[in-house]
Amino acid sequence: MLTIKNLHAEVDGKQILKGINLEIRKGEMHAIMGPNGSGKSSLSSVLAGRENYTVTQGEVIFEGKNLLDMSPEDRAREGLFMAFQYPVEIPGVSNLHFLKTALNEIRTYHGLPAMESKEFLKLTKEKQQLVDFNANLMNRSLNEGFSGGEKKRNEVFQLAMLDPKLAILDETDSGLDIDALRIVAAGVNKLRSADKAFMVITHYQRLLEYIVPDFVHVLYNGQIVKTGTKELALELEEKGYDWLKEEVHQKESV
Amino acid sequence: MRNSNEIIDDIANREYEFGFTTDIEMEMAPVGLNEDTIRFISAKKEEPEWMLEWRLKGYQAFKKMQFPKWQHFEMPELDLQKLSYYAAPKKKKQLNSLDEVDPELLATFEKLGIPINEQKALAGVAVDVVFDSVSVATTFKEKLNELGIIFCSFGEAVRTHPDLVKKYLGTVVPHSDNIFAALNAAVFSDGSFVYIPKGVRCPMELSTYFRINAENTGQFERTLIIADDNSYVSYLEGCTAPKRDENQLHAAVVELIAMDHSEIKYSTVQNWYPGDKDGNGGIYNFVTKRGICKGNSSKISWTQVETGSAITWKYPSVILQGDDAEGEFYSVAVTRNKQIADTGTKIYHLGRNTRSRIISKGISAGHSDNTYRGLVQVGPRAANARNFTQCDSLLIGDRCGAHTFPYIESRNSTATVEHEATTSKIGEDQIFYLNQRGIDTEKAVALIVNGYAQEVLNQLPMEFAVEARKLLSITLEGSVG
Ligand SMILES: Nc1ncnc2c1ncn2[C@@H]1O[C@H](COP(=O)(O)OP(=O)(O)O)[C@@H](O)[C@H]1O
Ligand SMILES: [Mg+2]
Repeated sequence: MLTIKNLHAEVDGKQILKGINLEIRKGEMHAIMGPNGSGKSSLSSVLAGRENYTVTQGEVIFEGKNLLDMSPEDRAREGLFMAFQYPVEIPGVSNLHFLKTALNEIRTYHGLPAMESKEFLKLTKEKQQLVDFNANLMNRSLNEGFSGGEKKRNEVFQLAMLDPKLAILDETDSGLDIDALRIVAAGVNKLRSADKAFMVITHYQRLLEYIVPDFVHVLYNGQIVKTGTKELALELEEKGYDWLKEEVHQKESV
Repeated sequence: MRNSNEIIDDIANREYEFGFTTDIEMEMAPVGLNEDTIRFISAKKEEPEWMLEWRLKGYQAFKKMQFPKWQHFEMPELDLQKLSYYAAPKKKKQLNSLDEVDPELLATFEKLGIPINEQKALAGVAVDVVFDSVSVATTFKEKLNELGIIFCSFGEAVRTHPDLVKKYLGTVVPHSDNIFAALNAAVFSDGSFVYIPKGVRCPMELSTYFRINAENTGQFERTLIIADDNSYVSYLEGCTAPKRDENQLHAAVVELIAMDHSEIKYSTVQNWYPGDKDGNGGIYNFVTKRGICKGNSSKISWTQVETGSAITWKYPSVILQGDDAEGEFYSVAVTRNKQIADTGTKIYHLGRNTRSRIISKGISAGHSDNTYRGLVQVGPRAANARNFTQCDSLLIGDRCGAHTFPYIESRNSTATVEHEATTSKIGEDQIFYLNQRGIDTEKAVALIVNGYAQEVLNQLPMEFAVEARKLLSITLEGSVG
């Protein structure tokens, strides 16, 4: 579904991604871990097409198409979704109106007619229940005045509504208490299917107790320095990142 | 892949989408302004002597006046002798239904997205269409008649209700109020007249679409609305103009009079031709709008959505004369390319316990300049007067300007006057967030701007809110709307 080859990217003239290689297939759940500042959010931003990042080398193929050639909105319409680490507030725009616009833009792109209001409301209700999202938040202005946790849960609700092929979750777990974390994880698990894939960026092993990954990658200094299975996450939890950093530096100095 | 700045630029520089002209034969006044012109207009309109005299008084006042100098923009050179002051469609026969209206005119409305035929069916909208200077269609008249409501063209009111017109004309905006009001008094073409009798709640939105359609023709509409004791009326004025190269002066006057316990809600959607992206052409919209809350517990509320015109220069005002009277001003003003808006309101608190609320949302894009100018004046008798002003500016790009000039003059120590102001920019983060959900930058900007203007749009009657939203989107499809 997604093939990242030797991806280099910079922001403000600073090299951040230094040769990322990653293959994500349908049905897979990938976890990306790594210390702060290692480039996890940068990777998701580059994939989503944030314009202040410049790709200097490498390529990304998404469902057979060159992702880097597409505008951010076309990437979304092709089925790439990113749950933001810091969701923005848009005053005066209701959550539902926003979602309806988004949904219909995506449908139009695929040559489908706009969804009828009735059908849309039905879908809304279904997904809201599926991911256990507070119905009162649906008619409020998009993220305006939402608590940190509510914003994160709104990202998961949007994910459920837009039904993408590949979802990137950037630290969706951070700032959530344990109950909210469980709900979010349960929501994500319900959305898993054989034809979808996930890339879950997280700091903590604890999310991975609920969302069990097929692969765990450690990103450090703009590169994936280690790949393993869920056991790797446990190891990191136990030993921290220092041993990995040392390993990397040893390799470099050889 | 284009970055969002380029797209915003592109949007901000978009050409006016409603530019087209209709070919209806005109009957023009000779070019120039003098007493003869005024007599010509008055004669054309078969006016009584008193009306002509009032026009001539306006002209005398006009001759002694100069263009103001305090505005926050460079006054364009205006040669008032080069304008023609009267134009009317030639076909003047009485029309009983919309079916009799010139099909070309109807097609024009279609292009504007204002399907009159649908509107008739819609929640009871009566439309008095002012096409250029003469009203060509009036609907729902009978129903209004039954209630004793008078809703007709100004010219008709002069003929059929001279006493009412004589009693109220110029009582809120005198013939010598300012140079443009004086000009209007002298040469006003037509407009609307509304009278709501005591105790009557007007059951439908009264609405007029104005449209400039003749080359080099100044437009001088005049509207007079009187709400008698315990009455209510909601009036909507919407306009959009065809594409023109020549600048066109639009100097309308609107007077509102609210008696005891009555309420007038006046909503405007203004979309005159704004000129091309270099600022050529476009309408000068220099309007004097003022209402007086004459009676106790009366209320006047102005709502405006201003997207058009090369220059928009107006301050819909309220004089709160009665005790417990209430005034409101809700405004969204959008400028892009080289457009200029210098707009706001003046509220005069004269009576006791008078209240006012001002919500202004300026949106600037391109190289435009958007100024809010507001005066809140509290007189010595206005004990416990209260005002709240919220004045927000939204910038799109970094070559536009937003300015706020709030003036407060209070002569009563028990009055409370509050002013809040914010300036913000549409964030790239916001646009990217929406992009990431499949919404392109153009639509994203439209969505953000509509959200920003929400509080004002909510004041509009529902059908018109929909239209205004569409207009904002199209405009800021071009420019954050
Ligand atoms: N706009 C920017 N300008 C300069 N440096 C940036 C910018 N955005 C991120 N960075 C830097 O890129 C590196 C990676 O950041 P980020 O991708 O947010 O890491 P993570 O999500 O793994 O914590 C950090 O060193 C950060 O300071
Ligand atoms: Mg991060």
